[in-house]
Amino acid sequence: MNTTAQTPLWEVFIRPRNGLAHRHCGSLHAADATLALQAARDVYTRREEGNSIWVIPSSQIVASDPQDKEALFDPAGDKIYRHPTFYDIPDDVGHM
Amino acid sequence: MYSQGLNDKNLETAETPEFLAAFQARIDADEKIEPNDPMPEAYRKTLIRQIGQHAHSEIVGMLPEANWITRAPTLRRKTALLAKVQDEGGHGLYLYSAAETLGVSREQMTEELLSGKAKYSSIFNYPTVSWADMGAIGWLVDGAAIMNQVPLCRCSYGPYARAMIRVCKEESFHQRQGYELMISLCMGAPAQKDMAQDALNRWWWPSLMMFGPPDGDSLHSDQSAAWKIKRFTNDELRQKFIDATVKQAEHLGLTVPDPDLVWNEAKNNGNGGYDFGEIDWNDFWKVVKGHGPMNKDRIAARTRAWEEGAWVREAALAYAEKQKHHTAQQAQG
Repeated sequence: MNTTAQTPLWEVFIRPRNGLAHRHCGSLHAADATLALQAARDVYTRREEGNSIWVIPSSQIVASDPQDKEALFDPAGDKIYRHPTFYDIPDDVGHM
Repeated sequence: MYSQGLNDKNLETAETPEFLAAFQARIDADEKIEPNDPMPEAYRKTLIRQIGQHAHSEIVGMLPEANWITRAPTLRRKTALLAKVQDEGGHGLYLYSAAETLGVSREQMTEELLSGKAKYSSIFNYPTVSWADMGAIGWLVDGAAIMNQVPLCRCSYGPYARAMIRVCKEESFHQRQGYELMISLCMGAPAQKDMAQDALNRWWWPSLMMFGPPDGDSLHSDQSAAWKIKRFTNDELRQKFIDATVKQAEHLGLTVPDPDLVWNEAKNNGNGGYDFGEIDWNDFWKVVKGHGPMNKDRIAARTRAWEEGAWVREAALAYAEKQKHHTAQQAQG
């Protein structure tokens, strides 16, 4: 079989419409940024899914390790005083 | 996503009974499993095999219909067929990406398809001999695929489930355009209706085989059900498909080619369902093992596409490399 160097992987983010953030919708392989944008348009916007595309080389994304999940996120678990419902306000004060 | 990171990582997990029990507990609690989460090796392998097969099926599935694009009888039908085949290419790409999150490379999957190591749905090893086949494929083959795929939207593996949601949203048009095409033929001249009946005769049984072997003979079913990769058994989905499709055939005025097909009140817990004739599993296994009418052609077509596209991949990479140098030099100068 004819093997070539692996074509880099890109992550694709689409903004469905103005007013919304770009959202991750998938990934694809492309040799460079121009081809990645064109491929993203063909693969992920065949039905008017958006009006703006970001493509980012997957190798550039720094991700947290799932093994660190507890260390990173558990400390927030017992801080219920960060939520509005932790505080009692009498009903007759009305909406606050 | 994450696959490049994963390639450097040691994927071996220590599969102690505690580890396996904890994993099963996550599945039982309907938690989704995401790419870098610890998972049993067999879960990873099962998914790589299943998602890979699914992706290959989409890609090979472009061929039988591409056969008719240039001969579509009207512009309306041609645009629909082009859009459908393009969707199938897209679906293959979503699925390859999902499989890659498990640490397999696109090149490796392509190699396995071309060498015959990886399978794809046996339905695509039948020829498309008449225009009516475009109707029958959309109606029956995509109909059966949708029946299979809708439960996969709730699969325990996140990237696969997300890819399937996209696929299912897009695929509804595939089935509807096929059925509409069948309606046109059935309302046409007697010769056109005969063509539609002939297509139904040829595609009916292979479509029923798309759900896989009977539950008793299915190799992977039990474990896949426990891991919530598979939500219904092959036989359950096949029954559902038959019950939904027979009415549609009646509406067309066509005859389902099964003399044993009969309504059975007692089936499906008293809700009724069809009893149907014996499926020729020897034929199914023959096609799976590579002896269907079109197996050789399909792989030859994919091999040709891969080899003839090599210079494009090489040129694009070489150009990207050159541009990088260029930019670096300009920055220095």
